[in-house]
Amino acid sequence: MTRFTTLSDAIRDNVSNGQSIAMEGFTHLIPFAAAHEVIRQGVEGLTLIRMTPDIIYDQLVGVGAARKMVFSYAGNPGAGLLHRVRDAVENGWPRALELEEHSHAAMANAYHAGAANLPSAVFRGYRGTDLTNVNRNIKSVICPFTNEKLACVPAIRPDVTIIHAQRADRNGNVQIDGIVGVQKEAVLAANVAIVTVEEIVDDLRALPNRNANTCILPGWCVTAICHVPMGAAPSYATGYYPRDNDFYLEWSRISSDRDRFLAWIEEHVLAHPVDASVQEGAR
Amino acid sequence: MTAISPKEYMTVSAARLLRNEDVCFVGIGAPSAACNLARLTHAPEITLIYESGTIATTPDRLPLSIGDGDLHDTALTTVSVPEMFQYWLQGGRISIGFLGAAQLDRRGNLNTTVIGDYDAPKVRLPGGGGAPEIATQAREIFITAEQSKRTFVDKIDFLTSLGHGQFGESRGTFGVHTKGPTRLVTDLAIWDMLDPEGRKVCDPDFQAQTAEFVVVSLHPGVTRDDVVGSVGWTVRFAPHLEVTPTPTPLELETLRALHARSANSQ
Repeated sequence: MTRFTTLSDAIRDNVSNGQSIAMEGFTHLIPFAAAHEVIRQGVEGLTLIRMTPDIIYDQLVGVGAARKMVFSYAGNPGAGLLHRVRDAVENGWPRALELEEHSHAAMANAYHAGAANLPSAVFRGYRGTDLTNVNRNIKSVICPFTNEKLACVPAIRPDVTIIHAQRADRNGNVQIDGIVGVQKEAVLAANVAIVTVEEIVDDLRALPNRNANTCILPGWCVTAICHVPMGAAPSYATGYYPRDNDFYLEWSRISSDRDRFLAWIEEHVLAHPVDASVQEGAR
Repeated sequence: MTAISPKEYMTVSAARLLRNEDVCFVGIGAPSAACNLARLTHAPEITLIYESGTIATTPDRLPLSIGDGDLHDTALTTVSVPEMFQYWLQGGRISIGFLGAAQLDRRGNLNTTVIGDYDAPKVRLPGGGGAPEIATQAREIFITAEQSKRTFVDKIDFLTSLGHGQFGESRGTFGVHTKGPTRLVTDLAIWDMLDPEGRKVCDPDFQAQTAEFVVVSLHPGVTRDDVVGSVGWTVRFAPHLEVTPTPTPLELETLRALHARSANSQ
């Protein structure tokens, strides 16, 4: 059953060294505040799973929190490369980073399989690409009906999935609007799910213009909910605030230098706990 | 109006490849500009799809990322990413995939993964994202990229997304039966995937094993030497080289206004 809690408690109670963690949100609703709390608590040895590592994993990799990254597109969307990920892969700074590299189709199918409690995902993919030579988790199966050779990858089953959403109600039901990415699949595939939200409302059923077909995660699928306004910034939350494209561009400059990066982390993450979380939803 | 830049020739020429009835899976960057220019000029009914799940999106400005809020706000519908790749791309509902690349070869194979060795890369690039399956499952692929010896190479360091494979192979070698790359639009020229007899991919007698990108049109003012000097392989030219039609005032004004709106909002 969902527990309303502070972000620091949610991370302390559910995240520990060496776990596999998926922080999802496809450009939209990226759970930055939660990642920063993971950095503040000094968690290490993580396997970080995410289709698009984005700035959020550039920061986690840059502080040395990860030993492995499972991903399909490691760029700074619209701005170029992820310099901290590059430094870890190319130079082992601050520590070596093992990569398990997929395509988007594979990861989307693997999350889907995880949510569906299947051991693996079968799809038509990876044909002719060298990715099959560098990732031992890309295999194939023969369709027993048509004999077609299909790609097969293991289901993604994170120890913990963390997402950010627009709102939850007091029963812990979560609603996501806009680009929904793979958040639903990532939550349902995980052992533990932490959701940070912009807003806590009384009852999703009672919202004006409510639509039961929007992306809803019932409270009994979520472990912890934390009220963290602006918890997805500098990414965005449809209906609340836009993407801070200037910061995404600025990140290329900040992250291209180790000292500048560490100074930024010190100033904006370590010395700046956002977790005086508004606790109006806590009971 | 100021002089037309090579990049404007590229975007306008790429846009002209698209038709009203196309359902186009749009890559970010140069493809995104071309696809939206087509929508704002000659192909107002074109369906643009981004991998973030936005279907029939009509943004007023160019998105910085494939998942900007404008893409959702102006979309007919937004679906989840698993649905996008399962039902829409793998389902065979995309007519055109429009891709860019960090490296490409004359067979239309694309590298967006690494420069150098995979395990000890000189440059770790972002990776494949949606491209490996777009390249094989969209019914036809257009590519757009600025020419340079760094990008247009004899041998790509890593094959991220399949074009026509190596010489002697075909897409069928890999169980892929979509057309693959047919056209390449650059800042200097337009290239077609042609076999040695000049047959196109859609020709039933097309010989994929020996086909390569062949220059069929030079942008005004561009010489053969310009093209040869910016490509890392021995370039083939079509026997009858065209001159790329100059962008119309409407195309140019629309493109420049689109870029201006995009710059203002970023």
